Amino acid sequence: MLHAGHVPDAVTGARAVPIYQTTSYVFDDPDYAAQLFELKQYGNIYTRINNPTTAVFEERLASLENGTGAVATASGMAAQFLTFMTLLQPGDEILASSHLYGGTYTQLVHTMKKLSVTTRFVDPADLDAWEQAITPKTKLLYGETVGNPKGSILDIEKLAELAKSRRIPLVIDNTFATPYLCRPIDWGADIVIHSATTFIGGHGAAIAGAVVEAGKFDYSRYPTISAPSPSYHDLRFYDTFGHYGFLMKARAETLRDTGASLSPFNAFLLIQGLETLSVRMDRHVQNARAIAAYLNEHPMVEWVAYAGLPDNPYYELSQKYLPKGPGAVFSFGLKSGKQDARAAGKAFIQALQLFSHLANVGDVRSLVIHPASTTHQQLSDEELVAAGVTPNLIRLSIGLETLEDLIWDLDQAFHAISR
Amino acid sequence: MGPGSGLSCDITLNSSLSPELRATYQNPGLIRDVLRESKTIAIVGLSSNPQKASHFVATYLQYEGYRIIPVNPGLDEILGEKAYPDLLSIPKDIRVDLVDVFRPAYDTPEIARQAVEIGAKTLWLQLRIINMEAAEIAERGGLKVVMDKCVKMEHGRYNGSLHWVGMNTEIITARKARRWF
Repeated sequence: MLHAGHVPDAVTGARAVPIYQTTSYVFDDPDYAAQLFELKQYGNIYTRINNPTTAVFEERLASLENGTGAVATASGMAAQFLTFMTLLQPGDEILASSHLYGGTYTQLVHTMKKLSVTTRFVDPADLDAWEQAITPKTKLLYGETVGNPKGSILDIEKLAELAKSRRIPLVIDNTFATPYLCRPIDWGADIVIHSATTFIGGHGAAIAGAVVEAGKFDYSRYPTISAPSPSYHDLRFYDTFGHYGFLMKARAETLRDTGASLSPFNAFLLIQGLETLSVRMDRHVQNARAIAAYLNEHPMVEWVAYAGLPDNPYYELSQKYLPKGPGAVFSFGLKSGKQDARAAGKAFIQALQLFSHLANVGDVRSLVIHPASTTHQQLSDEELVAAGVTPNLIRLSIGLETLEDLIWDLDQAFHAISR
Repeated sequence: MGPGSGLSCDITLNSSLSPELRATYQNPGLIRDVLRESKTIAIVGLSSNPQKASHFVATYLQYEGYRIIPVNPGLDEILGEKAYPDLLSIPKDIRVDLVDVFRPAYDTPEIARQAVEIGAKTLWLQLRIINMEAAEIAERGGLKVVMDKCVKMEHGRYNGSLHWVGMNTEIITARKARRWF
């Protein structure tokens, strides 16, 4: 968190990571430039492809995730897209958990469809369903360590065994867990995706993402990685770069061509975030556990979906994969009594003083959102349930405030809507 | 960025060797010594195809100041250097420090014997090439041995350039960067 990826530079010895706010880099000589463009030298070419500040963030995250390397992107959505665009071609299929972030869902269903890549969804807990849904076209398995919106925990090890037996890479979105709480690569995942916007940054000041790769998957059956690349004189990335093949391809081709690169300034902000990740996550989890327990006992709460509670169906999986705690994002159902559930949710949010009402998670400040009156308001009650969101669902992202202050705030909001 | 001067982690990633064998054949200290002390590198199995890994490695090493000696029976000359059919054919006045091997594992014991005969100091088998017999032959002949590693990746790891493409160099240090080789 503190040292990996950064060696103080030889000239200035600057201790903090300098911000290399530059678009481009002077080449040593024409031969060197030519070699750089042929990828025969590792070096800085153009900030759309790489940047020394961004590289510190990339290597540090790769180190934390126990990966062989990383590519940073402009957002978490861009990280997913970069992965899909690097691995897949028209006609391929993605097999994904149905418990996903809404943005991921729309990218898979609508945007990837335009590229003739279709996605099938399965209940993440049903391993037989995963196995049965794999077709010869399935080129990627996808899931979230802690799934949206109900906080389900993915059985990564089992899924990795299945993926391995079918020679398909397992891609895990580890945003809600961060590498401090869970390292999917250690359980057999091949690619880890992050929205670095959330806990990794922590400050809620920068949108960012990253793709980390384990370097263990055999891509020789994936023409997108192993076949000659027409844009690099028929270079075979997997043959030439070995376990760096996927990442080199993702950077030198997909990132170059899609342009969703991270700004060096944002990389700097994320590096500041990473420096305190473990301390923050401990506190996030400590607060989240206490608030989940408080809500679980509250008469105005119908249910609490936090895998850290012993009565949660995912408790055992969370003990295995997230022994320090299943993060700090979870939802609960408000008991509305005679009141309309949507109206009660809206009134509850309205009454909160400390929880910020917004559409993000993983901030140092506590956050709240009522999907039925905001992100999902256009859906009918039936459609909401199909999307895994009930009208009374309220999602919390627990921050670092003093616990008593947060409980005071929830208390007074419950009181306000019970009148 | 830049090489670490102090601690360097043992690389545990991407090798099928056991931890004990990695400590012997992928030792970071040994690898740094080899890259620092070597000046002339014979590349056995260097391809003339500019998109092959061996060609990438040779181009890189040349640019980094090493002299490369191509060893490939099918070639006369490549990258401005005369090619030889085998290690034994390299003229005696060329002192080969490092023999870098891009050949299937079953070819490596014979290459190891030749490396001993020409007085090379190190036998280096590239990524995914593992052969214990070759290692023993070279060790008995007094050579250092590295296996299942890429010379270019290792050089880039310590001199800092691999870091620039977002790879995990596993170098952890709070000391100022300095150039190792």
